[in-house]
Amino acid sequence: MPLLISGRIYTGRDRLHRYLAEGGKCPVELRDGALFHCGPVMRREGARWRVIAAGPTTSIREEPYMAKIIATLGVRLIIGKGGMGPGTLAACRQYGCVYAQAVGGAAQVLAARVREAREGGFVKEFGIAEGLWELEVDTFPALVTMDATGHSLYERVARASRRVYRDLTSSAESGAAAGHG
Amino acid sequence: MKKWALLEENLLELIRRTSTDLPADVESALRRSCARAKPGSHARGILDMILSNVAAARDNDAPICQDTGTLLFYFTTPPGIDPLALMAATRKAVAQATSEGYLRENTLDALNNAPYPTNVGNGAPVFHFEPGARDTIRVRLMMKGGGSENMSAQYSLPDDRLKAGRDLEGVRRCVLDALVRAQGNGCAPGILGVCIGGDRATGYAHAKEQLLRRMDERSDVIALRRLEDRLLRESDRLGIGPMGLGGAPTLLGVKVGALSRLPASYFVTISYMCWAMRRRGVVLAPNGGVRKWLY
Repeated sequence: MPLLISGRIYTGRDRLHRYLAEGGKCPVELRDGALFHCGPVMRREGARWRVIAAGPTTSIREEPYMAKIIATLGVRLIIGKGGMGPGTLAACRQYGCVYAQAVGGAAQVLAARVREAREGGFVKEFGIAEGLWELEVDTFPALVTMDATGHSLYERVARASRRVYRDLTSSAESGAAAGHG
Repeated sequence: MKKWALLEENLLELIRRTSTDLPADVESALRRSCARAKPGSHARGILDMILSNVAAARDNDAPICQDTGTLLFYFTTPPGIDPLALMAATRKAVAQATSEGYLRENTLDALNNAPYPTNVGNGAPVFHFEPGARDTIRVRLMMKGGGSENMSAQYSLPDDRLKAGRDLEGVRRCVLDALVRAQGNGCAPGILGVCIGGDRATGYAHAKEQLLRRMDERSDVIALRRLEDRLLRESDRLGIGPMGLGGAPTLLGVKVGALSRLPASYFVTISYMCWAMRRRGVVLAPNGGVRKWLY
């Protein structure tokens, strides 16, 4: 399902997820909020920060931490790329959360939808890419690919591709191969 | 000193172009894929957005992707040019490109996770040098993002699980397996560089170097050309599609090369490159002035 997200979202990636899952104090209120797996390019312009590029990063790296964060901090929307695993999918169902895919690499199109950016925390400690940024977005495009009822588009595509792989490498198909054997 | 100032300036321009301006051959491949994708499909929507993003990066003079990647510099140098001077000039250009926002603060200390504010660190950027006979310096730069690098893989044949033996059919099975494992995580539709043979280190290096080939450049070895074509066709049948949301294309291209090997070893190495295949090059005069831009 296509979404256009408007309002406040927070960025976070590897270091933040581990920190939060291990019980670290979150400097912003994530309850009922949105977490964007992203390490942006930012530039300071006077007292303000400008987003130079901000596409999603691979979400599966946060799989060890995501379910815990959904459960304890009450995140309702995760935005990232590539989808997540069974732990996250189960937490989405149990606590009411969805995962949405943004287009990987579309850092300019997505940055253009950010109206305002502020430091949310850890920018000095974790660095610009790993810090927590507070972004005010306007019609930020994403697609819901893992819902709150246990459906994952990634699981469906992966299952189908494994089936095709088996067909392609069954002896009949391979025999038709280039005959280089 | 003036000589190196000109070189530095042109290396900075090389980084700027690589980060912000996707090469024409890659953009054409994306455009062709987009035209073939079914209107209204996820694949079509994603490819449309990718193409808008490529145009926006060029117009905004800003990075195509926020992951500005590992910086891989490939130098071909004439006799009498000091590689240390070239490396020093390159590091300066990288630091400058970072402060100008063409590169993200993207390099971390592996032990304490501290970011290097200039992207210059132990082993960063990466340099490859090759001696050349001509009186010019050729520099090619590839920026390879971490999401795609994480999907790269190496196999040692024979592989019982894949029923892959030491032949091109075995190679094919490895490549298809790597794709199924990667799904959309390398930012599909990607481009594969494949190396057959070599050792574990040269296999990865040669697989990456395949990605320096233009999209329309096919292998001049007939068996490898057939394998490239076949793998590209079969990748679509896997139905992984852009960003792994299903459909086609799964890949934009496959480039296969081969190195010699030891009797005991048969490695198949796959380097996954995202759709944002950022590579540019320049031929410089020994004084650092531009002779010609590549790609």
